This record gives sequence, structure tokens and C-alpha cells, in this order.
Amino acid sequence: MSAQAETELLDTTLDELKHLFSPRAHSGETVVLNMGPQHPSTHGVLRLIVELDGEIIINAVPDIGFLHTGVEKNMEAKTFLKALVMTDRLDYLNNMGNNLTYCLAIEKLMDVKVPPRAQILRVILAELQRIGSHLVWLGTHSTDIASQSILFYCFREREKIMDIFEMISGQRMMTSYIRPGGVWRDVPADFIPAVRDFLAYLPPHLDDYEALLTNNPIWIDRTKGIGVINAEDALAWALTGPSLRGSGVNFDIRKVMPYCGYEEYDFEVPLGQNGDVYDRYYIRMLEFRQSMRIVEQALAKLEKAKGPVITNDRKVAPPPRSEIGVSMEALIHHFKLWTEGFNAPKGEVYVATESPRGELGVFLAGNGGPKPHRVHFRTPSFVNLQPLNEMSKNHYVADAVGIIGSIDIVLGDVDR
Amino acid sequence: MGLEQKLGDMGIVTTTLETAVNWGRTNAMWPMLFGLACCAMEMVSTVAGPQNDLSRFGMELMRASPRQSDLMIVAGRVTRKMAPVLRRLYDQMPDPKWVIAMGDCASCGGIFNNYAIVQGVDEVVPVDVYVAGCPPRPEALMHGIITLHEKVYKMKLKDWA
Amino acid sequence: MTHIEKTIAALKEKFGGNIVDVTEFRGETTIVVDKVAILEVVRFLKEAPDLRYTFLANLTAFDDWPEEPRFNVVYQLREMTLPANIRLKCRVAGDDPQIASVVEVFRNANWHEREVYDMFGVTFTGHPDHRRILMPADWQGHPLRKDYPLGYEEVEFTFNFKEIEKKKPYAKE
Repeated sequence: MSAQAETELLDTTLDELKHLFSPRAHSGETVVLNMGPQHPSTHGVLRLIVELDGEIIINAVPDIGFLHTGVEKNMEAKTFLKALVMTDRLDYLNNMGNNLTYCLAIEKLMDVKVPPRAQILRVILAELQRIGSHLVWLGTHSTDIASQSILFYCFREREKIMDIFEMISGQRMMTSYIRPGGVWRDVPADFIPAVRDFLAYLPPHLDDYEALLTNNPIWIDRTKGIGVINAEDALAWALTGPSLRGSGVNFDIRKVMPYCGYEEYDFEVPLGQNGDVYDRYYIRMLEFRQSMRIVEQALAKLEKAKGPVITNDRKVAPPPRSEIGVSMEALIHHFKLWTEGFNAPKGEVYVATESPRGELGVFLAGNGGPKPHRVHFRTPSFVNLQPLNEMSKNHYVADAVGIIGSIDIVLGDVDR
Repeated sequence: MGLEQKLGDMGIVTTTLETAVNWGRTNAMWPMLFGLACCAMEMVSTVAGPQNDLSRFGMELMRASPRQSDLMIVAGRVTRKMAPVLRRLYDQMPDPKWVIAMGDCASCGGIFNNYAIVQGVDEVVPVDVYVAGCPPRPEALMHGIITLHEKVYKMKLKDWA
Repeated sequence: MTHIEKTIAALKEKFGGNIVDVTEFRGETTIVVDKVAILEVVRFLKEAPDLRYTFLANLTAFDDWPEEPRFNVVYQLREMTLPANIRLKCRVAGDDPQIASVVEVFRNANWHEREVYDMFGVTFTGHPDHRRILMPADWQGHPLRKDYPLGYEEVEFTFNFKEIEKKKPYAKE
């Protein structure tokens, strides 16, 4: 196609996007290419419209919304407990974390206390979920940078985590195990030995993967100096999680705004210096070890903490089945909770937790009824994806794929 | 019978054309990489996980290009924005092609009964096998794939082209 | 005096009548601000050297239909060192919903405001890239408004199975 015809096509089809591309695109000097929603390296249905000068990116405009599920509106039509099931499916690699953040918001709104054994279980599951999510990140990110064997290894380790989840809740991924007031039910006797086995099994394998990647000259070539963002820009774009810590800013919600008893655990927060893809990779490799450290400490606490795993407040949490046969109040509470649900007071709360991608926040507004008036998820991938254009300017197309992998986006998180 | 006895040790096998072609089609059916959401994680577990290894069926090679694949496993929820893209990719696949709707969202809309999700991907493309589950276990997806293989085995000459 | 109390005092001193209400609920402070002053309030909170709310954690909205003014645009600001969290709320009327964009103060408000426009129809004056983000570009209506239907498909039971099957648009080859 001649340059003239190409320009006309650009002018007519991309009318509303004209302001996002440089003048060179309109004169036909650079090529505007569509990295469409179905692409092997975009980790889901992300569409990138890239303006290329040869192979160098001048502008990369993300077009999202291909996985917009309307969860927030759907949750307004269900009671609080029924809406919990939908939260698993938002960031589908951080199921426990989504459940946890939503339940923390409900507990804050309803002013409900969670028993200590439930807090410890929540911490163990959130950290195991973090390890699982980072395993998928490692597998897919290294596949994008052409090291595909690690994908197979990582999914093998992930099977062990999913076996643990299946043991406690019956489901591998979408467990809905963490409920408002605590957790669904107590863990079976095999849980602690299984987690201990996993903690003994994983470190030598992680050492293998680090030996394959961390000092590998090909890996270093492809990741150092790529996708650099400095600390000031990272804060201006409100990046959180490993993407922010890669630029050297020490901000981890588990440390500065602790929840679920995180202040009692001893762990470090790894920091990077340059804010490039390599630093973000290395921080996540160190986060594996810190998560395992937290799970070790939590297991020791779990053995000593006996007691209920869900709150005694019968207005929020259902009574145990054994009580229903003997107590009239228990039967009434059970009936009210499963038919109408509990009523939340009028007011708004905002709760933030540290998901493997960054700050996951839930803004919950109640209106006195049994259904949420508004649930908004401040998802880390949505916010972390914004500076993609700045981070990938003057890089090759192949590097853009690596940058997307290092930000670690999950499209269910971006589009909700 | 007599022919096989006389020529069997000369390395000749007799069969019908249908059986031979169907055998060839099932033994190396290449899926297209169409993981959309959570079901994609279980699909990758099926393909890449060591317990559920899909390469014993010749299917570990997930082609990104629709022009080179036979099977589209729609894994995940299809939104109204994504539906035209899905149809376009389906049209770009060469015959013979099959579609597996993996998971509840692809089969019937799943738990998302709202304005944004297509209630069942069979509103967009014709589906051969539906696999239920949210997400379906890797074993369930394998059962769906084997069911598809059995369906392809039974295909007759008049159904081709 | 805590940081939050200092903030409220400084805001009341500088903006006076534009600070409509200050409430505290479950340990969080919400300040209702008149929508004409929101850009100045946000800039003041970010740039004042003793306040330093430099992080916009969340920008969203919710709909109180049929109460008027129906839209509440919510800004969640954070001061990073303590940390201190504060929420600003602006009420926007339903007919001609418009509010100033804070993109020039907080860069990351760009996509958040596009999402609020897409879901609620609130226009942000001064936004550099004002278009839909999650819904398709030619979608009519704003889904998260309370008067927008959920759009669900009727559940098939045995008594209505045949009618629904006749209407359902199955794909041909």
C-alpha cells in the first residue's frame, strides 16, 4: 500500500486515537501495528496498538476492556456472601487475596472481630497464594524471554500448592475459603505436614531456577536497562508492589499498614535500585523466600493457637451445623443469613492489602441493606499498566513483551 | 481375511479411508492458544503440568496463529467486546475445525449473568464439546478432549467438506 | 495533633465554605468538598509541605439514584511516610454531570477518570484523552448507573425452556 493510502486509512479508522500517535504516523513514516487481543505474549486479552519505526517503539497504546466482566455491577445485585464467590474470579491468580481483601472490607464495615486462629490461617493461605502467583509469573515471563522450560517446572510446583488448597476447601483455584468473620472451616490434620513438606520441597528447586536465570548473560542482556522507571515517576504513576519496589521505594502494605496480624511476623522487603526488568525479576525471586519464611513462622503459631476459625457474631457468620439441632436462635440466625443476609450500615470503607502485583484495594459502600451499594476494586494491574507507554519508548517490540511480563499484569485484574 | 494372511508380513495394513483420515486427525490436533481468563490457567496446567501431559496426544504445540490450528479451546469468559474477535479468529481457521467450550463461562455464561458477558460462546461459534467446571479440573478437560476425539472417529465421509 | 487533624484544620482555614462536611467512620476520615473547588483542594493537599498527600490511591464514584445529587466522586489520597489516608468526596448532580479533572496534579488519575466516565457518564473537564476504556467504543449508556439494568438472561427452567430456546441466537457455521 502506498504511503498516501496508508495515511488515509490511518486518518479514517483511528479517528479517535489520532492524538495518541506522533505526527510521523500521520505522514506514513512510522507504521501503526496492532498487537491484537489474541497474542501469545500478552498474558491474556490485552490489545496494544504500537507505532513502530522499524522495530523501535515510538508509542504503545494499550486498549483494554476485552475481559470486562461487569463484576462490580453484578455484586450489587447479590448479598455480601453470595458476592464473595465472584471476587475469586477477578485476579484469577490471587484468589485467596481477593477473598481476603473483600472480607476485610466487610469486617471493617460491620465492625466484626476475627479470631486469632483464623488470622493465622489467612496469612498462611495468602502467602501460599503469593508463591503460586509468582510461580506463574516466573513461568510466563521466562517463556516470553524465550526460556520455556521454566514454565513446565513452575507449573509442577504449583500443582503442590493447588493440592493443599484442594485439601482444605475442595477446589483447586476458586476456593472462596476466606469468609467474612474468619474462614469457612477448620483445616484437616494433614494440612500442617503438607505445608511443611512443600516448604522443604521448594527451595532447592528455586535455587535451580535462579541458577538458570540470575547470572545468565542472555537473561541479563535482555532484562538489564529495559523498561526503566525511576522512583519519582513510579510514585507519580501510583505504581505499587514489586514494580514500585524495583525502583527503590520501600513501600509494602504488609509493613506500613499491616492487616491480619502481619506486624507479628519477621520478614524483609526486598528493594531494587534501577527500576528495570531485571530488578523487578530479582525482587520477586527474593519474595519467594520471604513468603516461605512467613509461612514457617505462621505454622509454628498455628500449632499453638486453638479456638474457633470464624467469629462468634451470629449476625455475620452462620452457626455450626451441630448447634442448629439444639438451639432455636441458631436456627433463626441460619435461616436469616442464608435467605436475606446480614445488613450493613450506611457508610464507606476502603481497605488495601498487598497482592502479588501491588496494592489491591476494596472500596465498599453499604446502604443499610443486605446487598452492597457499591463495591469498587482498586486493582494493581489496572494502575500498573498505565505507564507502559513511557516504559517502552525507544525499545524493541520484543522488549515490550518483556516489560509487560515484568509488570506482571493479569487481565482479569485490569478489566474486572 | 485371506488377503491379510497372505500379505500381512509384507507390511500392508487394510482399513477404510474414513478410519485412516479420522485417525490422522485425532492424533495430532493442534489447539489454538485462546486462553482468556481463569480457565486458561487450568488449560496451561493440562498442557504443561507433568501429571496431565497433553503431548501424549500430540497436542502440546499450541499454535498462536489460527491458520495453523485445528482446535479452538475457548477457555474463559467471552465479553461482548471480544465476541467479534472470536468470530474472526474462528473464520480464519481452515477446515476441518472443532471448538471446545471450556468452563462454565464459555458454555453458558457461568456465574456472570449480566450486560457484559456473552451467555455461552455457542451464540458466536458452533461448539462441539462443552466442558463444565469453574474452572474444570485438568482431568475434566482431558475427558472433554478425548470425547472430541471419539466424536471425530465417528465422522463419516459425507460430513467432510 | 495527628496528621489528619492538621489536614482538616488547614483545609478549613484555606477553603472555608467549600469544605461541606467532615465525618469519621470506622477510623477513616471522609471530607465532603464542593465540586467547584476540588482541583484546588487536591493540589493544595499534594503540594503543601507539611501535608504531602502525594499518592492518589483510588479514584472512583458511586451512584445514589434516586437521591440528588446522585453521583459521589471519591478520591482516596495517601501520605506515604506515616502513612495517613484521607478520602475526599464530591457530589455531582445527575443532569449535566461534570467535574474538573485532576490529571495535572496526579498523573495516574487518567485511566481512573476514564473508567468513571465509562461507567457513570461523569465528564471530566480538562482530561486529555476523554473516551471509553472498558466498554466497546460504540456502547450506548453507562453501565454502573443504578437505573441501568443488569442485563441478565432469564434462567431456563422446564416451564420456560422452549420459549427461551426459540429466542436464543445460536451461531450457524
